[in-house]
Amino acid sequence: MTEVSTGSTTGVTRADVCAAAIADAFKDDGEIFASPMGMLPMLGVRLAKLTSNPDLVISDGESLFLAGVPPLFAKGDVVEGWIPFRKVFDVVAYGKRHVMMGATQVDRHGNQNISAIGDFAQPKRQLLGSRGAPGNTVNNRTSYWVPRHSTRVFVEQVDIVSGVGPQRAKAAGPAAARFNDIHRIVSNLGVLDVGGPDDTVRLLSVHPGVTVEEVVEQTGFELDVPAEVPTTREPTSEETVLIREMLDPKGLRFKEVPQEGLRQAQEPTR
Amino acid sequence: MTRKPRDKRMSIEEVVGSLESGMTIGIGGWGPRRKPMALVRALYNSDLTDLTIVSWGGADVGLLSRAGKIRKLVYAFVSLDSIPLEPNFQRARQTKAIPEVVELDEGMFQTGLRAAAQRLPFLPMRAGLGSDVMVNNPWLRTVTSPYGDAEELVAVPALELDVALVHLNRADEHGNASYLGPDPYFDDLFCMAAKQAYVSVEQVVDTAGLTVDSPVQRLLLSRMMVDGVVETPNGAHFTTCTPDYERDERFQKAYAAAAGGSEEDWQAFHDRFLAGDEASYQEAVRAFQEEQA
Repeated sequence: MTEVSTGSTTGVTRADVCAAAIADAFKDDGEIFASPMGMLPMLGVRLAKLTSNPDLVISDGESLFLAGVPPLFAKGDVVEGWIPFRKVFDVVAYGKRHVMMGATQVDRHGNQNISAIGDFAQPKRQLLGSRGAPGNTVNNRTSYWVPRHSTRVFVEQVDIVSGVGPQRAKAAGPAAARFNDIHRIVSNLGVLDVGGPDDTVRLLSVHPGVTVEEVVEQTGFELDVPAEVPTTREPTSEETVLIREMLDPKGLRFKEVPQEGLRQAQEPTR
Repeated sequence: MTRKPRDKRMSIEEVVGSLESGMTIGIGGWGPRRKPMALVRALYNSDLTDLTIVSWGGADVGLLSRAGKIRKLVYAFVSLDSIPLEPNFQRARQTKAIPEVVELDEGMFQTGLRAAAQRLPFLPMRAGLGSDVMVNNPWLRTVTSPYGDAEELVAVPALELDVALVHLNRADEHGNASYLGPDPYFDDLFCMAAKQAYVSVEQVVDTAGLTVDSPVQRLLLSRMMVDGVVETPNGAHFTTCTPDYERDERFQKAYAAAAGGSEEDWQAFHDRFLAGDEASYQEAVRAFQEEQA
């Protein structure tokens, strides 16, 4: 292996903190299908399966349930099931699933947009389309991963509602609200949920080296900030070894969250 | 002597020649995976216009929107996976080149095909509730459960197709067809939702050959769902057709660069690869691959 940066020998990197925070989002899920979209979510889910929640059902992102826990983007060894797209939709409706999606925009009420920026009829920027977000958010637990927390992502109101937040779900009626479960929003700066007043986005913790002020500044709406905001836990030494030596020895995670030693960074002020 | 079911083998030109402007065409596969690209390329080069395209989209939607073939697009996403955003589709949307768009949740899309396949007007579903799918498609209706729960659900309308175009690995001349890759996608549903269904395949084999080295569960299409069979080796290029071949990432990159580049860039790509028939496309692709090797 060449000199691939896997973090300083002592410093825990921000990417590792994010992976552990994502793993924590899945730790109490029990025996459900964990569906991560994107690299850090995949890393976090696999970390959870190796530590806090070995019952998680994971896939290769294509059509196989994997019995083992292979490194990022490696082919799995033992297969324990078949999950082509048609069966993914079955599991969405069945409900035993927790998806962590990306989000081009998230608003104060936990609505998410991956469809387009601007006016739907003629967008300024066409994105993917809503994909499975509308169905996910009214059927199974849904979390979001935001690798670059900024006022461009965290906006007062999303341009197009792909993923449905709790307030809109309630307004759409009991059939929409019944299984709506927006669980966590993990960003490169902290961990949030939708437990603020009137189902608004609330700050649960800031990552080591990040201040509450920084998160507030990078959020384009009035964020609910509790009186005491704890610091996101650092990964344990076991988790650090699993991330660095087993799941992501090539350091792919730093493409999403650039490397930065935390111990040199200033401590959070509150 | 037993009489055999009819031989449905056709040419690409015969398939596209049987289509008419204004038709609703469902395209199988998924994003950049196992798309009937040889048939799509022929559509791109045809005189057909005002099509309604129904697709979990990839470069099929990109090519047809670039050629101005689409009057109405029904989709849940359009993506090339390793290149998340499809430049030709983005361009079409951002210049309002597609007059009518229907963006659905990707599960709603399956439900709509299933309703059409089952000859039902709609099927109920949660997906869509509370989202802008309902706002941007104000013609979508809800339906209230007639039972005690009285839940109000989305009545996903049947996605009825005039034509389905799908690509599989193997078929016999009668239209029985098998997929050999990891995922059937929804090609059977597309065929059952359509009045006419055409399957292109890597290879036409005799009927016994379909199960000689693969389990019977791989037979996704029965001939009763299929109107025409076209042998198009490498016909899903540059999308995946596992295990016959994987996605041609280098070619996809070249496609996306041309699609996202200047008019001249696209024209050059068109002239080199798309202007001729399928045989000349495959020839140009071989030359491209040799250059890249």
